[in-house]
Amino acid sequence: MERRDFIKCTGVGMGGLMLPISGMAVSAEQLLDAPMDVAYKKKLADIALNAAKAKGASYADVRIGRYLNQFVTTQEKRVDNIVNTESAGIGVRVIANGTWGFASSSNMTPDSIAKTAEKAVAVAMANSKFQTVPVQLAPVKGVGEVSWKTPVKKNALAVPIKDKVDLLLSVNDAAMSNGANYITSILFLVNEQKYFASTDGSYIDQDVHRLWAPFFATAIGKSGFKQRTGLGNPVGMGFEYLDGLEKDKIRISGANVGYKNSYDMLEDATAAGKQLQAKLKAKSVEPGKYDLVLDPAHLMLTIHESVGHPLELDRVLGYEANFAGTSFATLDKWKSGKFNYGSKIVNLVADKTQPHSLGNVGYDDEGVKTKEWDLVKDGTLVNYQAIRDQVHMIDQKESHGCCYSQSWRDVQFQRMPNVSLKPNDEDISAEDVIKDVENGIYIAGRGSFSIDQQRYNFQFGGQLFYEIKNGKITEQIEDVAYQSNTQQFWNSCTQMAGKSDYRIGGSFFDGKGQPSQVSAVSHGCPTTRFNNINVINTARKV
Amino acid sequence: MTILTEQHAKTLLKKVLSFSKADGCECNLDGQVGGNIRTARNTVSTSGEQSDLTLAVQSTFGKRTGVATINEFDDESLKKVVKRSEELAKLAPENPESMPLFGEQKYLKPNNHFDSTSNITPDDRAQAAEDSIKPSKENKLISSGFLQDVTTFVAIMNNKGLFAYNKASNVDFTVTIRTEDGTGSGWVSRDYSDVKKLNTKKASQVAIQKSLGSVDAKEMEPGKYTVILEPAASVQLLSNMFGNMGQRPADEGRSFLSKKQEEGKEGGPTNKLGEKLFDERVHIYSDPLHAEAPTAPFSGDGHRVSKTDWIKDGKIVNMPNSAYWAKKTGVDYQPTAYTGSGLFAGAAQFVMAGGDESLEEMIKNTRRGVLVTRLWYIRPLDPQTLLYTGLTRDGTFYIENGKIKYPIKNFRFNESPIVMLNNIEALGKPVRINGSMVPPMKIRDFTFSSLSDAV
Repeated sequence: MERRDFIKCTGVGMGGLMLPISGMAVSAEQLLDAPMDVAYKKKLADIALNAAKAKGASYADVRIGRYLNQFVTTQEKRVDNIVNTESAGIGVRVIANGTWGFASSSNMTPDSIAKTAEKAVAVAMANSKFQTVPVQLAPVKGVGEVSWKTPVKKNALAVPIKDKVDLLLSVNDAAMSNGANYITSILFLVNEQKYFASTDGSYIDQDVHRLWAPFFATAIGKSGFKQRTGLGNPVGMGFEYLDGLEKDKIRISGANVGYKNSYDMLEDATAAGKQLQAKLKAKSVEPGKYDLVLDPAHLMLTIHESVGHPLELDRVLGYEANFAGTSFATLDKWKSGKFNYGSKIVNLVADKTQPHSLGNVGYDDEGVKTKEWDLVKDGTLVNYQAIRDQVHMIDQKESHGCCYSQSWRDVQFQRMPNVSLKPNDEDISAEDVIKDVENGIYIAGRGSFSIDQQRYNFQFGGQLFYEIKNGKITEQIEDVAYQSNTQQFWNSCTQMAGKSDYRIGGSFFDGKGQPSQVSAVSHGCPTTRFNNINVINTARKV
Repeated sequence: MTILTEQHAKTLLKKVLSFSKADGCECNLDGQVGGNIRTARNTVSTSGEQSDLTLAVQSTFGKRTGVATINEFDDESLKKVVKRSEELAKLAPENPESMPLFGEQKYLKPNNHFDSTSNITPDDRAQAAEDSIKPSKENKLISSGFLQDVTTFVAIMNNKGLFAYNKASNVDFTVTIRTEDGTGSGWVSRDYSDVKKLNTKKASQVAIQKSLGSVDAKEMEPGKYTVILEPAASVQLLSNMFGNMGQRPADEGRSFLSKKQEEGKEGGPTNKLGEKLFDERVHIYSDPLHAEAPTAPFSGDGHRVSKTDWIKDGKIVNMPNSAYWAKKTGVDYQPTAYTGSGLFAGAAQFVMAGGDESLEEMIKNTRRGVLVTRLWYIRPLDPQTLLYTGLTRDGTFYIENGKIKYPIKNFRFNESPIVMLNNIEALGKPVRINGSMVPPMKIRDFTFSSLSDAV
């Protein structure tokens, strides 16, 4: 996606990694400064709400946000950069003359807050000239003063920088000692301290934490180079995710290690070095039809692209037509109650409540308590993802609670909740799924992914590919990508592992909207089999 | 206050530097004022204005560097940000790739700011949106669009005598116009430094024609076809290729411009500088003074930039690098122009030379081919060959005997710009797209790998 909200990770000078965040650079210690007092935030919020109502708003909400980021980047034996940022301000959204208006400001004096609210009303009034259908909001009962916090065990921002640098440099050393020539390793740490208040009578204080620890390794051979990225997942957890506990490892014989609720980055980097050397020598895939067994760290992105995005109601209705596109999952298909999105064993659920997930919050960014709901049940399309001003369009009375804004500065809108594939009721293992495959390919990790603007035709690659012959993984192969059609693909789903194999993966920087905003979203799934899928060879001579 | 004049910026930055005690101190003042309006389903969906002014101070002691930023400009705040950057520098690990700051530079003077663009009001944006929506409604079509305008300035000053200043303006407009039944879709894009050149009503006619013309698309077998790529269809592939032309990754063996180990001689060049990789008509360069797509006359570190050929006569003649890598390898520093930071940062500008043929003439001169409006969801498959995949979108047509014969269903492509630029049949007149200049191109044997049902 086109993410314009970037800061340069290498400071003032040119070049370096571009990261989709904004904010003022601060010291690591300042990230631990106490949040603004809740009683004071309530006072400021009331100033905004009252100012909006006084100017004629029929509804108003206010978000007072303090967004903290810490990024630590290393390359090979050196620290490339350490960035700490803080961004604080207020965003006010109103309905006036049946039309939305929004304004935001970093100035949080009472006077400025009132003016920001008044500006939001003025924007709504101006835009109402073109409004043909007034905004209709699903009712939400005020919840009074409540709070919610990501259940972290170790606040990642409180871990000393030296420990983080030591970890990343040891990861780099492990990869390079085992076959990689180059590696970049990064820690992305995010803390959203956000306070929401609305004229419905809600005052919600939330403290949200997220973490991602990716690496990107390269090995150079005589005939070219190969790349391998880490198999860890971005999560809604603290630094405890990097404990790499044995109980959280799922070992696939002859292939990779999968990680559940903690990640052994050092072990993965060691494996990456060895697997890179194997990639340089691996045979190129023979194109054709194969049964695919997809590891959760790979399948999560397929779910994201082929289920998460097409079932966003704003896409279905055309609000994203000029950017990301529309959707094949049109209202008539949903209304029929018979649209077979996938085979009978396919159950896809949306939620904002799953522990350790990126989407997990107590309330969304318009004050709706979060929940879980079905999207595809026993293979049939049953629902979409919708927020307060959309649910009436699908004859529902309750918002799904999946409204989000990337910062106080931007207006909130419908964003993808966690979208996950339910595991098999029978608790079989990943190896049980592999054992019945005669001629297949096992794919782990996220690779190249591309899908059309209505989410029919897709092509996905991966990080690691293994040939399966007669129920056993035989050897590492290369140059694999599979092409399919969303409905055909999910209807070819024939088996999946059980809850012991279930893992969540996710996207830390998912882009949507104009101007584009990022959000973080998880996708849980077990190792899953899809039969008779078209595999192409991506090697090409130029 | 957000857009400072050159004199105002100079005075402010001199004051900041007067507080510095570091060996090296460089200040970067970035200001942006912008507005946008978004439409969907033939009405306005969201609109807003954003402004920002940020001062970044980079202090260096030896090879230790710290950066701090602030958006308050009273004396106490300025002292605080300088002090904080110095504290961070003292705590930072040594950076072996740290380079000394540049001294005074002489800059070109591009004409890249227009008051007309800076003076856009919310009413102007609403009118521009209405001018696009109205003809769409009249044709019983559904319009979704986005217009964004921005004025930016950047000023860089350091304690070695460098001062750079640039003010620029830009406006982008895109609209997707679809039929009510969703069987047709058209799109158009325009971007200019001067908003006076933007006519959303006229531009929208292109999207309307494509929308109406793309109904009842026929299926064609995937395979290799002669294609006419409109500039919007090839700009991303070319931009990706340009972004992968850096000298360092090539020297390190991890780029399409790396020599493979068996080809490299001991101590000899490790990249493909000087090699002919493309059709001899391929000429790609950067030029801050380009009349249609000007840029800042300096890079992000304040070094001057001027017209630079990257590919000439199909040969790689220069490769962008960093000051550190240039010094290490004993070559000239070849930066690209600063394209902004924060909310409105853009991609590096490039200009691809073409011919005089318009798109319409190119179609007339084609016996059989596929006209591609744009490509979507472009992702890399193989960084060694720059093989990419993606899909056609919003207007794909079959051409026969110089005329558009009928609309066809969208294709997925798997193709490399290296192959594409070796299979050139014709190059048309370049137009501005995404801040760069790209000609329409007729390319033979372009690889479409599968069909898509998407409209």
